[in-house]
Formats: sequence, structure tokens, C-alpha cells
Amino acid sequence: MERVSNMNEAIVVNRLSAAYRKTEVLSQVSFTVKPGTLTSIVGPNGAGKSTLIKSMLELHPRTAGEVSFLGQPYQKAKKKIGYVPQRGSVDWDFPTDALDVVLMGLYGKIGWLKLPRKSDREQAMEALRSMGMEQYANRQISQLSGGQQQRVFLARALVQDAELYFLDEPLAGVDAATERIIMDTLQQLKNRGRTVMVVHHDLQTVEDYYDHVLLLNRTVVAHGPTDEVFTAEQLHRTYGGALRWMREKV
Amino acid sequence: MSYSAWILLTASLVGMSCGLVGVLLILRRMAMMADAISHSVLLGIVVAYLVTLQLSGIHMFIGAIIAGLVTALLVQSFHQLGVQQEASIGIVFTTLFAIGVILISTKAGNAHLDIQHSLMGEITFIPWNTVELPFVGSVPMAVVSLSIVLLIVLLVLLLFYKEWKLTSFDPVFAASIGIPVTLMHYIFMSLVSITSVAAFDAVGAIMVVAMLITPASAAYLWTDKLPTMLVLSCSFGVAAAWIGYYVAVWLDTSISGAMAFATGIIFLISFIAAPRYGIIAKHRRSRASAALTEHA
Repeated sequence: MERVSNMNEAIVVNRLSAAYRKTEVLSQVSFTVKPGTLTSIVGPNGAGKSTLIKSMLELHPRTAGEVSFLGQPYQKAKKKIGYVPQRGSVDWDFPTDALDVVLMGLYGKIGWLKLPRKSDREQAMEALRSMGMEQYANRQISQLSGGQQQRVFLARALVQDAELYFLDEPLAGVDAATERIIMDTLQQLKNRGRTVMVVHHDLQTVEDYYDHVLLLNRTVVAHGPTDEVFTAEQLHRTYGGALRWMREKV
Repeated sequence: MSYSAWILLTASLVGMSCGLVGVLLILRRMAMMADAISHSVLLGIVVAYLVTLQLSGIHMFIGAIIAGLVTALLVQSFHQLGVQQEASIGIVFTTLFAIGVILISTKAGNAHLDIQHSLMGEITFIPWNTVELPFVGSVPMAVVSLSIVLLIVLLVLLLFYKEWKLTSFDPVFAASIGIPVTLMHYIFMSLVSITSVAAFDAVGAIMVVAMLITPASAAYLWTDKLPTMLVLSCSFGVAAAWIGYYVAVWLDTSISGAMAFATGIIFLISFIAAPRYGIIAKHRRSRASAALTEHA
């Protein structure tokens, strides 16, 4: 696998802003991410975490700012990027099975006017196996549990064999076994030099799971290695009064 | 071919085209767009007639495609400006349809276009409006245009099969791997438009919605596989066409009405008896799981 070794930054986001209708949800977001890191994006509801990923990947219009991936703009870097949308963003009653959904990750490589070949199927099967899902390959996707559906989504991203991965709340509503498999997989990706950014909700697991944290509340509150950034003071700046409530609950 | 054979062939072609397009309409949750486009193509047809003074052939299709795309674009723009999606659909197509109705009654009143015809279709006249084709001889115009449309629908559907599947299931992911989701949306709207206009003559603007939505909805209840759903939806469309025709002959009533009614009956049977998603199966399952919890 060809890797860009002289590139210092995997991701550079420069003064990115985005809006829904006329309401600005992201304002002047700037940060850089080093290759081979596992970063969580953390912030309160409505902080713009999903919008950040979507506007970086041009799935949501930016009102300002530039983003580069491995030194290239999105349109040129597209093939090196894997994206895992929120599980709730699709209709799981769609008439298809788990293997077929994983195969969709290969559609970009297969190209127009061609159908998946046997080798593509084997690759998709391998990705399902690595997620502990091979026995569910031919099961209709609505017959899978939430955690299994999330594993199918991650398997679909794995077959893309991307350099950069963006995951939108992959641990939302999944069982403990799935959470472990997903985090092990992301750790392995990181160890293989891939760069991973994850929208993450559970503040209690941030320190265990991620080496970097991006604290976001419409703009970057703090960003850096987890042990430096993930402090009570910075969290308070990110969450304001909402955090006190969470602490009490814990 | 006999008179009734032509009618059955026409209706079967409608059933197949609508059955195929309908599956994508259902999976993309765009059933209401079918209603919208099937009405606003009337405006396209009338304007095409006023411009060219011809009521058949390619002009009508171009007019219909433009009307369909304008509908889709307007619905989308109103929605982006803050109008609810469903309200936006309702506003756009009724307005365009109304303009079509006004134009018919003021400018095109003496043509073969009338409001009754455009709403209900008139499949009984189809065998008499023929064209001469090489090798096959005299063929009803509607059969020719419906065959071409079916061919186009099949071709576009099969050539981009995996892209249709992905953009229907997960458009955001599709966009992230570089599939032109918006372009495919408008291509699909064009397919809905040409299917509607081809079926328009035969079954009219109201019944074409039944042919587009109901067989596909019924097929959805029978299977978990997309290819099977496509085949079933086509078969249900054709079955409804035949049942509708013979019921209409038997009761001496409107053929297109009887056909639409037949799609409803097929749906009802599916809704009750489909193996996994029918209400009998669901009822059995919930009783089985209740029994299981009792034992546990």
C-alpha cells in the first residue's frame, strides 16, 4: 500500500463555517490532525459534531473555509476517505442483506456499468468475518440488532481500505460486545497508520479509547492529546452548565 | 391481433413500466412525487401541443420530461426555503395541473385533449389510433410508445442497478464515494415523467398513480430481496391489468378504473397473507412470542 510519508498533516481544516438554512452551526473551525491518530469529536447536543464531518466531506455545504486531506482537496482525496454515517440515517427495512450492504463499500472501486465479482464478495465476506458477523451475511438487515447493524456499517467502511476514516456516533445504542469489536478495529486501523476521527458521546470512555480529543461547541474549544485536553476545566468550557448535571448523574 | 388483445398488451406494458419505476419510488419514499408528476405532465403535454400543434410522438415526451423536472425542482426549492416537503408537493403539482386544465379549456379545446380523458384515460380507443411499422404492420400508437418507454426504463435500471440500489438505501454514503446522487435523482424523475406520460393515454393521471405505487407496495410485503421485488411488482402490475380488463368487460365499466381497483385487491391480499410482513404472519409471530414468554 502506497503511503504518503512526507506529509505532516493528515487533515487540515481552516476556518470552516457551515449553516442550516440561515442559522450558523459551525463558525471558524480550524484544526489539524496528524496521521496515525485516533481522535474523538466531543461536545454537547447541537454542537455541530455531525455537521463538522459532513461539511468536511462536502456532504453539507460550507459557508466558508477550506479542508485538505493528505495535502489534497476533498474531490481529489475522495477515494482515500471512508465514511460511516449514523445508523439511524438509513431505512433498515430496505430489501437487502448484510453482505450486500458491505459490498456497497466497493462500488466506488468496481466502477460504473459493472457488477461485483467473486473476489469482491470474498473481500466483503472477510470484512464481515473480522466484525464477527459472517454467520449473518445473508440475513435481511432489519433482522439484525442495532449493534450488528453498526458492525455491518463498519465492515462496509473497512472494504474501502481508506487512509482516513470518519465515523458518526458508531457506538450509539450498541451492545458491549459490539463496542469492544468496534474500538479494537479502530485501534488496529490506527496502528496501521490510518487516521480516524469519531463523533463520540460517552465522556467516561474518551480517555480509554482515544489518543486525541477535539472539544467542539460550534467552534473548536480545545484540541490535542487526550491527557492534555480532556480536563475538567476544558469540559466545563465545552459543555457549560450541562456538564454539572452529567457529573451529578454519574 | 384482436381488439382485446391490443388492450391487454397496452395495459400489460403499463403494468410493467409502472411496476419497475414504482419499486424505486417506494424504496426512495417518494410515492407522493409520483402523484405530483403524473398530474403536472398534463401541463407538459398541453404546452407541447400548443407549441407544435401535434398530439403524439416525441414532443409530448419532451414536454412531459420538462414538466416533471420542473415539478421536482420547484418542490425541492420550496422545501429548501422552509415549506414542508409534503405541502410543497401539494402546492406545486396542483398549480401546474390547474394551469394545464385552464390551457386545455381555453386554447386546446377542440383537440383530442380533454379533461375527462386526461384524468381517467381512455384505453378503449387505443387500438384505433394506429401507426404503420415496417415488418409488424399496423400497431396502436400507445403500444409503440409504451414499448419504447419500457425499454428505456429497463435499460436505465439495469445499467445502473447497483447505483440505484445504493442511492436509494444510503444516499449520504453514496455521495461520499462519489456517486452523483442529485443527477441520479433527476434522471429518476425523468423516468417517472416518461412512464407517466406513456401510461397517461391508457389509464389517465389518477390511475397511473395506482399502477405506480400499489403493485410495488404489495411486492415490498412479499420479499427481502430487491431483484425479487422488481419481478413481483411487474407481475402484480400485469396481473392487475388482466384482472381489471376482464372485470371491466364483465361489469361493463371503466377499464382503467377496474385495473386500479385490481391493484388495490392485490395489495389487500398481500397485506393480509404475505409470508413475513402480512398481518396473519405478524399475528402468529406475536402469539408465538407471547407463548414463549409464558413458558419462560
